[in-house]
Amino acid sequence: MGSGESGFDCNDTIERLYHYLDGELTDERRLEIKHHLDECSPCLDAFDFEAELRSVIANRCKDHVPDALRQRVYDALLEEERGEVAGG
Amino acid sequence: MVLLMADRLRFTELAMPHMQALYTAALRMTRNPADAEDLVQETFLKAYRAFDRYEDGTNLKAWLYKILTNTFINSYRAAKRRPEKADVEDVEDLYMYHRVGALQASGIGRSAEEEVFDHFTDDEVKQAIESLPEAFRIAVLLADVEGFSYKEIAEITEVPIGTVMSRIHRGRKALQKALMDFAVARGLVGSSEAGH
Repeated sequence: MGSGESGFDCNDTIERLYHYLDGELTDERRLEIKHHLDECSPCLDAFDFEAELRSVIANRCKDHVPDALRQRVYDALLEEERGEVAGG
Repeated sequence: MVLLMADRLRFTELAMPHMQALYTAALRMTRNPADAEDLVQETFLKAYRAFDRYEDGTNLKAWLYKILTNTFINSYRAAKRRPEKADVEDVEDLYMYHRVGALQASGIGRSAEEEVFDHFTDDEVKQAIESLPEAFRIAVLLADVEGFSYKEIAEITEVPIGTVMSRIHRGRKALQKALMDFAVARGLVGSSEAGH
């Protein structure tokens, strides 16, 4: 595998994989990476893995907000507003 | 009086939907539910007080996260006796992929990765993130859990964008190492495959 006449090879691609995953490349570079991924299944595999891992991390990192905390915050904001009214 | 109440209600309407995300971030930062609650409350209060400085239609989530992160750094980070460090020099790119990808998938149509990912508990994922040194932890949180861009993270944390990229990259390596350690401890991966 590797590169065609020009274009990114596996090293170029892996080096920029995170930037690609993060949507942070120029359009030109994105296209180069995409071309390579279209033609190179090992690199595509690696990319899919990293993308999956990232979504696992995002989805598993959720916490239920305690009702008491919500209430505390509402109360604190109300208190703050009352303080403003009193000219504090 | 009516004006102030309208402000508070408007603030509440705009900001409260972000509470769950901010609370999750606070938990990962402080690693302590009581501190996380205090941090969230303080963040909302500060945001409310500064609300006249928020420009309508601009990125409210990033604005709130900046207040959260600054408050964490200024008030909640643990007094460190030793600087935290993570040695990620020996953690190569695609660390986890190289080790997990070597497994045989045992189910039809299920990838080896899916098997390992499914076996991580939520707590393990959270603990893995919480095990990272602060700078990496915050970068990975903002990028991977919250989905901010590099530019947004640079603005939130007030560091150059190059530093952001480096912290994300190294933070992800450290995170993969931490997750692999869990996988080995749980027997999901043999320690020889894990390269230990």
